[in-house]
Amino acid sequence: MTLEFHLNGRRHAVRDVPPNVTALDYIREHLRLTGAKEGCAEGDCGACTVVLAAGPEGGRTFRAVNACLLTLPHLNGADVLTVEGLADGDGLDPVQAAMADGDGTQCGYCTPGFVMALYALRRGPEEIGGEIDPETVHDALAGNLCRCTGYRPIVDAAVKACGEKASEEAGPGGGSAHAPARATDRYEAGGQAFLSPTGLDEMAEALADNPDAYILAGGTDLGLLAAKERQKLPVVIHTGRVAELLEIRDEPDHLEFGAAVTYTDALPLIGRDYPSFATLIKRIGSRQIRNMGTIGGNIGNASPIGDTPPCLIALDAVLSLHSRDGPRRMPIEDFFLDYRKTDLRPGEFIRSVRIPKPKAGEAFRTYKISKRYDQDISSVIGAYRIAVADGAVRDARIAYGGMAATPKRARACEAAITGSAWREDALMEAARAVDEDFEPLSDHRASAAYRSMVARNLFARLWRDISGADEPLDVALIR
Amino acid sequence: MSGPETATSDIVGAAHARLRHDSAVKHVTGDAVYVDDMPPLPGTLEIFPVVSPHAHATIVSVDIAEALRAPGVAGIFGAGDIPGKNDIAPIFSDEPILADGLAEYAGQPVLIVAADTYDLGRDAARLIDIGYEVLDPVLTIDEALEKGQFTYPPHSVVRGDAEGAIEAAPRRVSGEVSCGGQDHFYLESQVALAVPGEDRDITVHASTQHPTEVQRGVAHVLGIEINDVLVEVRRMGGAFGGKETQATGIAALAALAAALTGRPAKLRLRRDDDMIVTGKRHDYRFRYEAGFGEDGRLEGVKIEMATRSGNVADCSSGVMARALCHADNCYYLPHVRFDGLPCKTNTVSATAFRGFGGPQGMLAIETVIEHVAAELGKPVDDIRRINYYGDGGRNVTPYGQTVKDNIIVELTERLMREVDFEGRARAVDDFNAANATLKKGIALMPVKFGISFNLPTLNQGGALVHVYTDGSVHLNHGGTEMGQGLFVKVAQVVASTFQIDIDRIKISSTRTDKVPNTSATAASSGSDINGMAAHIAATEIKQRMARAAADHFGVETGSVEFRANRVYAGNESISFAECAHLAWRARESLSATGFYRTPDISWDAKTMTGSPFYYYTYGACIAEAVIDTLTGESRVLKADILQDVGNSLNPAIDMGQIEGAFVQGMGWLTSEELVWDEDGHLKTHGPSTYKIPGSRDVPPEFNVHILEDAPNMVPTIFRSKAIGEPPLMLAISVWLAIRDAVARTGGRKVFPRLDAPATPEAILMAIEDVRERANQLPSPLTGEG
Ligand SMILES: Cc1cc2nc3c(=O)[nH]c(=O)nc-3n(C[C@H](O)[C@H](O)[C@H](O)COP(=O)(O)OP(=O)(O)OC[C@H]3O[C@@H](n4cnc5c(N)ncnc54)[C@H](O)[C@@H]3O)c2cc1C
Ligand code: FES
Ligand code: FES
Repeated sequence: MTLEFHLNGRRHAVRDVPPNVTALDYIREHLRLTGAKEGCAEGDCGACTVVLAAGPEGGRTFRAVNACLLTLPHLNGADVLTVEGLADGDGLDPVQAAMADGDGTQCGYCTPGFVMALYALRRGPEEIGGEIDPETVHDALAGNLCRCTGYRPIVDAAVKACGEKASEEAGPGGGSAHAPARATDRYEAGGQAFLSPTGLDEMAEALADNPDAYILAGGTDLGLLAAKERQKLPVVIHTGRVAELLEIRDEPDHLEFGAAVTYTDALPLIGRDYPSFATLIKRIGSRQIRNMGTIGGNIGNASPIGDTPPCLIALDAVLSLHSRDGPRRMPIEDFFLDYRKTDLRPGEFIRSVRIPKPKAGEAFRTYKISKRYDQDISSVIGAYRIAVADGAVRDARIAYGGMAATPKRARACEAAITGSAWREDALMEAARAVDEDFEPLSDHRASAAYRSMVARNLFARLWRDISGADEPLDVALIR
Repeated sequence: MSGPETATSDIVGAAHARLRHDSAVKHVTGDAVYVDDMPPLPGTLEIFPVVSPHAHATIVSVDIAEALRAPGVAGIFGAGDIPGKNDIAPIFSDEPILADGLAEYAGQPVLIVAADTYDLGRDAARLIDIGYEVLDPVLTIDEALEKGQFTYPPHSVVRGDAEGAIEAAPRRVSGEVSCGGQDHFYLESQVALAVPGEDRDITVHASTQHPTEVQRGVAHVLGIEINDVLVEVRRMGGAFGGKETQATGIAALAALAAALTGRPAKLRLRRDDDMIVTGKRHDYRFRYEAGFGEDGRLEGVKIEMATRSGNVADCSSGVMARALCHADNCYYLPHVRFDGLPCKTNTVSATAFRGFGGPQGMLAIETVIEHVAAELGKPVDDIRRINYYGDGGRNVTPYGQTVKDNIIVELTERLMREVDFEGRARAVDDFNAANATLKKGIALMPVKFGISFNLPTLNQGGALVHVYTDGSVHLNHGGTEMGQGLFVKVAQVVASTFQIDIDRIKISSTRTDKVPNTSATAASSGSDINGMAAHIAATEIKQRMARAAADHFGVETGSVEFRANRVYAGNESISFAECAHLAWRARESLSATGFYRTPDISWDAKTMTGSPFYYYTYGACIAEAVIDTLTGESRVLKADILQDVGNSLNPAIDMGQIEGAFVQGMGWLTSEELVWDEDGHLKTHGPSTYKIPGSRDVPPEFNVHILEDAPNMVPTIFRSKAIGEPPLMLAISVWLAIRDAVARTGGRKVFPRLDAPATPEAILMAIEDVRERANQLPSPLTGEG
């Protein structure tokens, strides 16, 4: 039972290394490639960024990921690039040259991570296409922190080096110099097992046989157990190769995303149908996190501050669950029972989430409030689907995160708003029902008073936004 | 002494040239080696620190028996195992590396587990049983003041009779404002690797700004002599003051494990431990009173400056001295009383952080200035202007130093003119009139920052330079490289001195056996003192080489000239390498030390008076910000900076320092919030909860200009000026601009109380407060400004 992958073009076959060892530790300590750094071991600083190359020649994708959150078996069959693999002798990659020549480094500790994040930008299409302007660079660098430079020279270097994009050029990881590494269905070491089924039934069987197994998708939540808690994970079942869980369906009346679909892959369709939702997704974690993380994981994680659940509740999304006993469906709202408690039965997993398409006369908006615009957890997240007719609210579906122990519908607000006049003052009056719906907590992100105040005030933003107020409403969008 | 005046540039890499960081290529390829990247020596132990879960507790029992039997454990050590003294205080005493019977903050190290791997150490630590008797913690400034608890005796800067002047003044304001602390968040967390050698020798590879203090601390803790300890620092992955005193304890713990086990031992604090265990910027609460005339001219200012110094004094007295000496900023204050209160609290000891109290002091006086303007209903910049240092007696600081190099009036006027401040302010008004949800604010921040350590003793630097017979040069000095570009700047100085290309100069790691008894690389003084020391050493060698050349060619020594990699003597010329070889044959020493002490500085710590600063550095920034009145979210839209750097040694490096410091300061004042719970646990201890600025937070319009043709008035190295810290304070403009926007939500009728950091919550609450107070005013509001 070996685990195979390519790293900087060289094939590696690993045996006997426990599967809870992180990719970063493996690269630094076992392979002694110390370019990638550990700055936080929680996916937030980007110093550990490496790139995964995938796909056939002519259609290669290059995605930046956080090696600190990946466990070693996440590299199963992968093609990994680290900073050591970019330079060709003295010939620096354009990204490296621009960073070095443009004063993009000071202490240099963050630099390998920036270089890899920018390498992925240089070689790949962005989430939502377009030119390389500073905003595109910010999207790509939201997961990389630098404490020295103040970023200006890094962004300039990025614009310079990534400006002329040539995705298909040769270069590290570019061609098919090597046959893809063979992925294994099972890797075991140190008394821990990593199972990687490829089909729905296999997945169901594996889970039935190991009801206590950790279900692992992107690992952006679960990976913290390995990275920070240094926890052993006796049995892990990875969803990343289960074909059915990777499906994306664009049906006439709904979108359906398999539970293992990453944010990056889901974004184009969501952006087409729900631009506001897409804007939110572009603020979930960072490029790296979105390349790894899944909507299924966001739901499975059942955090009260997860960003997509309030949106999915407001959109009346439906979950498909699956187990050896067969499929089951439920409105996502009913899935969240209590603080981090879901209706998932032993042996059951999330197969997909179905999102109805927008209906005429309805508007959907979601607003995320956090201390920092990018890569921050929401203090409050509101999601609103409103139907207005004849100057009055005909129907409203509203949900909040960060306001209760679960992502939760604001039923009192919905009731107060439905039927009321479509005017700001009427909406603000109805918004007072927020206090009936929620008793938020105070914590290091925000106080209860602030959370409630913002949850109310967002109705004003909603009204101004939907009714097309002739003024900017988002500090992030004005110049 | 008179310093070297200029540097010519017919060589590559002379002083004043724009050069990139000397390690830039190694940074981008991943080849730059940091302590944690060093190839492990066989048998290296990793240290897992066991810390107090309580903010205040007596340690009544420690049971490590079971943990000692755990796999891979080489030793578990506590205060009782320390062979020397359990004290690494930089200024005072009794500052333990391991709690001895009493834990004074949540996160204070109590034991260290040394094991084959970090994970094994962690597993073993779970088997340790420490009995605590929990005591009431003192967590706030008020609690500490009530108990009269200080980490060292408080001191004040006093001139004249502030109370009397305030009493007699036609107008008065008073108020309160606070600013939070700040975690350094260097990307490389604290780390040290200690390797035992022969006899009692120990070598420590540390990530420290202060190798000499690590050397002293290790010797002290191990009970050996300073010459038994060698400390080496090649580079740090950022420091910002966080590795000035805080690195010493980390290194001492690694050395302790190495000495007691006889094996190499590494301590790398993981991010959360780093943030919980080690010190941060001092938070402050200011209570001010000011008396002034109808024109806004300040007569008397009184500020109580209380900080949470934490569990021990560390360098708080130095930080406070700088805060007290910068609470005048650019303003002449006739009657002053600044009281510095270092509250002893059961929180981690606050420590050095870029600016070292200066930013906090300035934030206080800028609040006073703005409050005065609001009270008089006058433009704040008029109030600034009328109070700026001038002449005719209005040029002496509260601590008695005469400001001789003042350029703040010209500098701010030029900046305001160049960015069309008045036009911009009108545009802000227009925007606010047209928009209900978002409001803009704009503000100027002038900065005057004193250069030199407050304490004269520390203002000394040493260098060691060798020239080899092939003309290559080995450069070493007491300064450390943390990313700030000190090494390349000093190499440029040596290149200019010898008139050789910079690539002939080997930049080497800082080592305590090459240059002893150094000061921390801190107080922005790195290139001032080390650059001058290296210049002195190189000049010494150059003179010997000139003598050899003069003898050889039969000319006067004084006529020998070094130019463009060659040495000219009469009609002859030889390469620098040939000259080095010639000098060696003539039995001249091609090695020299250089030593520099900053002249003309004085300080009386008892009376808090003197002229502690060799010179001042000036700068100004105009920032524009926008806030959301519904959510309190904010964004900085524009920042224009004009910064004085003297004759820059390296404009590329200086630019990086200005931009980086500004963004770091912006973080301090906006998104970086340290939150402790009611039991004294830090709740924001990783980047997931503690938010430093990201690339999108940098103002989309960010224009930085270096003041041209502004040689330092005093003879520093090539008339340059220090740059590490001053620009951080320019970021106060951002906070002022946000406060301006908040004030405008209440029609500028009331002066907002906005504490730093201005998080969305702080802003929204300030807006609520302003609107409420504005509504209560007797006169009706006349629309929003
Ligand atoms: C730096 C960083 C930033 C982040 N920022 C945000 C943010 O802004 N907003 C936000 O909402 N979240 C954020 N997160 C959290 C996380 O990225 C998301 O929750 C993400 O969607 C999780 O997906 P994943 O695939 O990585 O899940 P994993 O970590 O693999 O799994 C998460 C949980 O879901 C369960 N699970 C996964 N798949 C299934 C399945 N098919 N069936 C049943 N259970 C399953 C797992 O067992 C686990 O309990 C952030 C995380 C990090 C590290
Ligand atoms: S180490 Fe910080 S993101 Fe991985
Ligand atoms: S260069 Fe130091 S953190 Fe980026």
